[in-house]
Amino acid sequence: MSVFQKLKQGLSKTSSNIRNKIQDIFRPGVLSDEFLDELEAVLIQADVGVGATTDLIDSLREESRSRSFETVEDLYRTMAEKVADIFASVDAPLQVAGGGPTVYAMVGVNGSGKTTTIAKLAHRYTRQTKKVILAAADTFRAAADDQLAVWAKRTGADLIRHSHGSDPGAVAFDAAKAAIARKADLLLVDTAGRLHTKKNLMEELKKIIRVLSREIPGAPHEIILVIDGTTGQNGLVQAREFAQAVDITGLCITKLDGSSKGGIAVAIASELGIPVKLVGVGEQAEDLRDFDSRSFAYSLFGIDPA
Amino acid sequence: MAFENLASRLADTFKKLRGRGKLSEKDINEGLREVRLALLEADVNFRVVKEFIANVRERCLEAEVLESLTPAQQAIKIVHQELISLLGGKTHPLEISGPPPVVIALFGLQGSGKTTTAGKLALQLKKSGRKVLLVSCDVYRPAAKKQLEVVAGMAGVSFFTLTDKVSPEVIAKRGVEKAVESAHNVVILDTAGRLQIDDEMMEEARKIKEATSPRERLLVVDAMTGQEACQVAEEFNRVVDITGVILTKLDSDARGGAALSIAKVTGKPIKFASMGEKLEDFQVFHPDRMASRILGMGDVLTLIEKAEAAFDQKKVAETEEKLRRKQFTLEDFMEQMEEVKKMGSFGDIMRMIPGFAKAKIDVDFDPKELARVEAIINSMTPAERQNPDIISGSRRRRIAKGSGTSVQEVNRLLKQFFQARKMLFQMSSPDKRLGRFRLF
Repeated sequence: MSVFQKLKQGLSKTSSNIRNKIQDIFRPGVLSDEFLDELEAVLIQADVGVGATTDLIDSLREESRSRSFETVEDLYRTMAEKVADIFASVDAPLQVAGGGPTVYAMVGVNGSGKTTTIAKLAHRYTRQTKKVILAAADTFRAAADDQLAVWAKRTGADLIRHSHGSDPGAVAFDAAKAAIARKADLLLVDTAGRLHTKKNLMEELKKIIRVLSREIPGAPHEIILVIDGTTGQNGLVQAREFAQAVDITGLCITKLDGSSKGGIAVAIASELGIPVKLVGVGEQAEDLRDFDSRSFAYSLFGIDPA
Repeated sequence: MAFENLASRLADTFKKLRGRGKLSEKDINEGLREVRLALLEADVNFRVVKEFIANVRERCLEAEVLESLTPAQQAIKIVHQELISLLGGKTHPLEISGPPPVVIALFGLQGSGKTTTAGKLALQLKKSGRKVLLVSCDVYRPAAKKQLEVVAGMAGVSFFTLTDKVSPEVIAKRGVEKAVESAHNVVILDTAGRLQIDDEMMEEARKIKEATSPRERLLVVDAMTGQEACQVAEEFNRVVDITGVILTKLDSDARGGAALSIAKVTGKPIKFASMGEKLEDFQVFHPDRMASRILGMGDVLTLIEKAEAAFDQKKVAETEEKLRRKQFTLEDFMEQMEEVKKMGSFGDIMRMIPGFAKAKIDVDFDPKELARVEAIINSMTPAERQNPDIISGSRRRRIAKGSGTSVQEVNRLLKQFFQARKMLFQMSSPDKRLGRFRLF
């Protein structure tokens, strides 16, 4: 047996240990404190956060007054539906322009996966034979525009870029002009990674968005905050701060092909009412999915939606 | 639920319980619940928190805390100390002695900041006189090599890579050979981002390690990482036996509990903290500062230490007693200012207290002004000092004349005094929200 098989085995053992423990302490029709503690552990370890977890468990307790849970599965399903409801209440599809180019801007902290998400969107829409333009408005990170250029070539999208260190607002301006002139269906704007704690960079972001909305009426139709699925409680702060600076219309949770569950999205949806629109599940161009609230919610508990 | 700061929550909790005299085990448990919450909010792994709290509980149950006059502070001290020791206790330098070229390999998840970190590390080593070669082994992410090349240029160090058709371990090996030829004494290997559950990619990481025997195998971790930090670190540690950790994006407002999770499950030290967009924004990791950050305590600990060092404990007890009896005179005020002067500017100190940063209170004394303040107070009659409320307009004019100052200055001092008194009374009364600290 290779070392990796062993590792894998070890890992699945850990998760089945947790599951066994939950099975062991579960008593049909009874919500013991011990059991609720374990349930809390499941949610917190998925990065749902203490606040949202407490709300969910309180709501379960409430529900247990009027009905009893006979199996762990039954209870998990109830919890998963509660989570799905949180998402469903804020759910909204990706917006498309009535006429003229549709504009999506990707924003987020460094390393969250904005450029890769743009590439995946470009792949998706060029395959639908849409005319797509990519705007390399990340003029800060070294070779960020080169990265986007590779993707433009691979997907057949046009690329608007300026030299390194130039004004990202100017890139946005040129890209908007080009989108109109070339009658593009979709303009995807990549922006530099910025920590929400940097005031000047947040101002720069506002300017990029202002330019887009001035040049193309109704644009940007989506401002997607890209959040790394492994992000912990700071994800909530990120969402709050970015939403304060620009009108965030939805989230893209990336890197969900890892072991992380992306539970911070629950807290963001319930506290800030921001929906998840997209999820990234790998490094390949096709590894982007529309968000499905139920399968996401069920995955938090490691079960499949029926 | 924003968790403003643990210190004040703990102080509140213990304060509520103190009315009954000595703290019991149950009280400690109540306090530790706050600690647990703070750690979870800071993204420390659930399992790690559990174990940590169990350890701290034991230490807190020692008489030291139970019988302390300031149990909250004692408990925080213990929590803080335990955190520091878990985080590695002291700073840990790079192990880069030995025959050149010394190889440093960076591993991590996608987007954790490996390439930027490679540049920062290179710059720092270059500044310490090393001749550094940066090698990009990332054959996957488009333009990753270009990025490192640009970064190498910015840092003013050499760069090496081969085409994407060459396997990463071969690029790494050739990079080291190249360093031998060109007399570079440090090689930094930048590797592709990989998920710890991706067997193939982890196997590749192991091959890079075997091909180049890096002295340092550093795991680069985003400070904003959540609960998964444990599993990520465990796996990387198992496969490439990491020698340390670099924590990135510490210029965010993330508490960075991931640091604790990683230190705990791997037992490996955190060596560097990366905090900014510039290549210079790179520091040796300080466990004590990280501990405060995880607890959301600002500089409270520094403050407590400063206060402990500066204050005469007997006088502190006297003042506490006076405050409890709602007595605070201008003489006390002056004494406090003398004490405070030992600690530095009062305004600075108050700003160290979370929650006081925004408090609308004029606490900025210029220490140099203390002499004038002294003169003003010395020009008052004993009755005035004991009961400043009697100081009328004509008395103010007399005091100003006597002290060689102006009525405005006297007014200002009195205003400051009344504000301070009000605040101190609030701080010392158990039912007020401001009742967080008993510094004086």
